[in-house]
Amino acid sequence: MEAIVLQVLNGLDKGSAYALIALGLTLIFGTLGVVNFAHGALFMIGAFCAVTLSRLLTLSHIVIDETQKDFLGNARKVEVPYIYDIFGEAAGNVIIDWAVPISIIVAIPVMMAIGVAIERGLIKHFYKRPHADQILVTFGLAIVLQEIIKYFYGANPIPTPAPDAFRGSFDFGAALGFDPNVIIYPYWRLVYFGFAAIIISAVFAFLQFTTFGMVVRAGMADRETVGLLGINIDRRFTIMFGLAAAVAGLAGVMYTPINSPNYHMGMDFLVLSFVVVVVGGMGSLVGAVLAGFLLGILESIASMGAVLAVLPGINQIILYLVAIIILLTRPRGLMGRAGVMED
Amino acid sequence: MLGLEKSDFRLLLLVIVLTLFAPFLLNPFPVDSTMAQFNAGYPDLMQRFVIFGIFAIGFNILFGLTGYLSFGHAAFLGAGSYAAIWMMKLLTMNVIPAIVLSIVVAGLFSLAVGFVSLRRSGIYFSILTLAFAQMSYSLAYSVLTPITGGETGLQPKIDDPRILDSVLAVGQQARANLFGLDMSTSHDLIVGGWAFTFNAGYYVAALLMVISFYISIRIFRSPFGLMLRAIKSNQNRLGYTGVSARPYTLAAFVISGMYAGLAGGLMVAMDTQAGAERMFWTASGEVVLMTILGGAGTLIGPVLGAGMIKYMENIVSKINSTVLEGWFAWMPEIIQDVVVAVVYPFVGKGWHLTLGLVFMLVVIFLPGGLMEGFRRISDRFFGGSRKTDNSTGGTTAPTAAE
Repeated sequence: MEAIVLQVLNGLDKGSAYALIALGLTLIFGTLGVVNFAHGALFMIGAFCAVTLSRLLTLSHIVIDETQKDFLGNARKVEVPYIYDIFGEAAGNVIIDWAVPISIIVAIPVMMAIGVAIERGLIKHFYKRPHADQILVTFGLAIVLQEIIKYFYGANPIPTPAPDAFRGSFDFGAALGFDPNVIIYPYWRLVYFGFAAIIISAVFAFLQFTTFGMVVRAGMADRETVGLLGINIDRRFTIMFGLAAAVAGLAGVMYTPINSPNYHMGMDFLVLSFVVVVVGGMGSLVGAVLAGFLLGILESIASMGAVLAVLPGINQIILYLVAIIILLTRPRGLMGRAGVMED
Repeated sequence: MLGLEKSDFRLLLLVIVLTLFAPFLLNPFPVDSTMAQFNAGYPDLMQRFVIFGIFAIGFNILFGLTGYLSFGHAAFLGAGSYAAIWMMKLLTMNVIPAIVLSIVVAGLFSLAVGFVSLRRSGIYFSILTLAFAQMSYSLAYSVLTPITGGETGLQPKIDDPRILDSVLAVGQQARANLFGLDMSTSHDLIVGGWAFTFNAGYYVAALLMVISFYISIRIFRSPFGLMLRAIKSNQNRLGYTGVSARPYTLAAFVISGMYAGLAGGLMVAMDTQAGAERMFWTASGEVVLMTILGGAGTLIGPVLGAGMIKYMENIVSKINSTVLEGWFAWMPEIIQDVVVAVVYPFVGKGWHLTLGLVFMLVVIFLPGGLMEGFRRISDRFFGGSRKTDNSTGGTTAPTAAE
């Protein structure tokens, strides 16, 4: 029982990442009808926003500190981050410590801008082209983005820690009435799950309760009619692309403490996110989120020792297996709408 | 001739001549010149040209003709590799049984995968093939380790049974051969400052590529090929005429799977080892890149694409900043620094960036790939109505209109 609870919890954070990326993919697909293979790259760029910010914050200049002497009696040279000069040492340290959460504020406009630029500069020209062309051009874009990041940041993973306050683990078992020290869960993963829940709710609320969201939903249902009503639906869809990019970027920002970002992390997630989208049902936002969490949890339950003893290697293939079974038995996925991507 | 139209026969002859004289054509620079690093005529790379050429020719039969975009073809290449290496471990180091079995195994594997995947089309088909390939990759790495060797992969060992071969002498290594002709045998021909290498393995692979190419021409020109193109242009309409598309697409899928298996078997024949990384989805992506770059749906395009990517991977990736400085040494210092700084990210380790950019440009401006580019250029210079020999037309047609 404890083991299952632990695995469900472990599945939540990966599931959150899947759900966020799949949500963005589905937003783009539902609005613009484009299959975006570069979405994983956007996730990766988000993660590197956090890396960049934490590097910028620790940018230092060398100061001669008269209070510290080396063994020859000369004043020691100390590196002082510029941030100390602005906010003082104590506040500066807090800001550096909280670099990852602060990156959220930076990442939103950056990712929006990148998303809008991609849509206006590239994808706009591909609406009339076959889906295969869209897949191919975004695949090429993903390679390019990935290589640009590799050029500037190198090929090695860059550790980006969470704030000190979240560094420990939370004894979940004790809280739920199990024996202590059985179900231990890092705080940051809890934060990640909460963050994902907030973002997902925010996106749904935005679509459901704002006029803008209503127009977008109408456009998803029937783009032509909305256009005939004199609404500039293209511009709104462009903004939705930016929003989807921001969602993927934020998922990446917050994921950095869980997995040190490297340039190909996006591709690793992309393949699985497509599986998630297809399982959830192409074009269904709720389906994408549900399938994300479902598959995340399934994956970690499959990697339990007891399960592996019966079905060795199942943890490696469970997602693909589920995808194959779902696609063959429920061709539209769990919650897919009729007539979406059915050639 | 050979059941081909005149123009196709000319194309086949051209391919034969090119592969036959590849050691000369790919080594145009003298050994001592500064340009020698652009020589691609060494056996390892030439073998890769033809092997990936075969892979791309096969992929093109599926994608170019039917429009079904498979993202999992590397699985068949991997399966072929494993089959071939097992043949070498158990039966004989002669490459013929290894290659034959690799084709058979890849064919059966693709039959199973295709039977399931082809129930869906469009993006769902791509995801299904991707899922199968990733599953094969993960299984090869984990549970199937007794068969696949897991992370270390498989190599022929001294103590393998090899029931058809005579016992190896002490200190002798098991080498892939064709009835005694060692695949790694090379003959160097030195003419003045030039050196040309003729490698046995390359010519075996090249012969198989020419045969594969011939078969693909026959498929393109056959009623079967016409049927596949009908599937690409409008599957619904084909259904209305009372024709089921499934057997045709499945046949195309299996044929392209067998081509991939042949490529995998040849890889083992040239370099006797097999590993799971050959099945990773980036390898599947690579053959997609090759086919699109060269021109999907054209006969010769995929081979050109394969050659181009392998050339970049092996030659462009070797250019480093010292080489660049050497090239631009004639410029004033400041301009030289700027030019080197600008060019540097695109070469050497950054060759993937160039590849990605070229690929995007091709998809955006030349949906027919390099072949369409050649046709446009030749149209401009030789008058608009001249038809090229190998363009099949319809390469830019939408996959499926309602």
